[in-house]
Amino acid sequence: MSGHNEHARHIVGPGVYLVILFALLLGTALTVWASYVDLGLWNPVIALAIATTKAVLVVLFFMHVWYSTKLTKLTIIAGIFMFLVLISMTLADYISRAWGSW
Amino acid sequence: MPDSSANIGHSAHDEHPAYLRHHFSSAEQQADAAGFAMWLFLLTEVMFFGGLFTAYLVYRNWYYPAFVSGSHQLNVVWGATNTVVLIFSSFTMAMGVWCAQTGRRRGLVLSLALTFILGLSFLGIKTIEYREKIEKHHVPGFHYSMQSFLDPQSNPEVYAEYHDKPLAPDMARHTELYFSLYFLMTGMHALHMVIGIGILGFMILRAWAGAYTAGHETFVVNFGLYWHFIDIVWIYLFALLYLISRH
Repeated sequence: MSGHNEHARHIVGPGVYLVILFALLLGTALTVWASYVDLGLWNPVIALAIATTKAVLVVLFFMHVWYSTKLTKLTIIAGIFMFLVLISMTLADYISRAWGSW
Repeated sequence: MPDSSANIGHSAHDEHPAYLRHHFSSAEQQADAAGFAMWLFLLTEVMFFGGLFTAYLVYRNWYYPAFVSGSHQLNVVWGATNTVVLIFSSFTMAMGVWCAQTGRRRGLVLSLALTFILGLSFLGIKTIEYREKIEKHHVPGFHYSMQSFLDPQSNPEVYAEYHDKPLAPDMARHTELYFSLYFLMTGMHALHMVIGIGILGFMILRAWAGAYTAGHETFVVNFGLYWHFIDIVWIYLFALLYLISRH
């Protein structure tokens, strides 16, 4: 048991990194282009959707979460979920309260 | 496999590398624990930047015209260039991790050096942007000027692109809030970059000496997590500060 098979851990290679690099560059080009098209309410939605897609690619492959332990995956998901709860409750409060005087 | 020179000083124990602490049963367990702790730290960073993002979204919702006009003062070309610079730096950092894991010392030094240079390039471009804000008196404080928002045509190159209508003085006042959040968010991001570049400098020296290519690459891997996290923060900053108020 004592550590002779320890390098069975997954090593992500240059091929994967190159694919992700091009995906991220494509996403950047796409989001800049989309920002010049007037889509009304959908502009911020699309910008955030593309940003989130890019972030997920970075987390899963550059940060190796795709290959990580269940403990790490669960911790990250729990943390992000907690963050989403906090931000959505806060925004729901501010948007739905008719304080009016701004 | 760890090389034999790493075993000096532990002859009383079973063969194990010098970097393996006594309270871990294997090097893999040690690396997993360090990675787990790094993620806990990054989640506190998510909450920290998340608070800033939430403040930005709330105020943007309240003072929408001021935030749109404020955003039009940013240069998308510089913002997009910096996004590309950071994405490339994340790629070179990831390649550095691969070099460390596969024992490529020269490759690691080269990757870290490229990451270092790209990080500095990002800060250089940020400096150009900040200087423009200073020249236009868009830095919040005693010298803040609402001129660009009360009279958009006084700022011809921005006016030519967006044809912004003049804001009423009470709304124009709130552009200062946009720039406060702009400097707070990009400034905190830049501070993380400065810290990261400092650590990169230290790592390049250690990597040159062969510290990370003899089986113990945890420091490089976890620094990589930090660097990629900064990249993600910028991806959102670029979308929220520069892009969503375009068209």
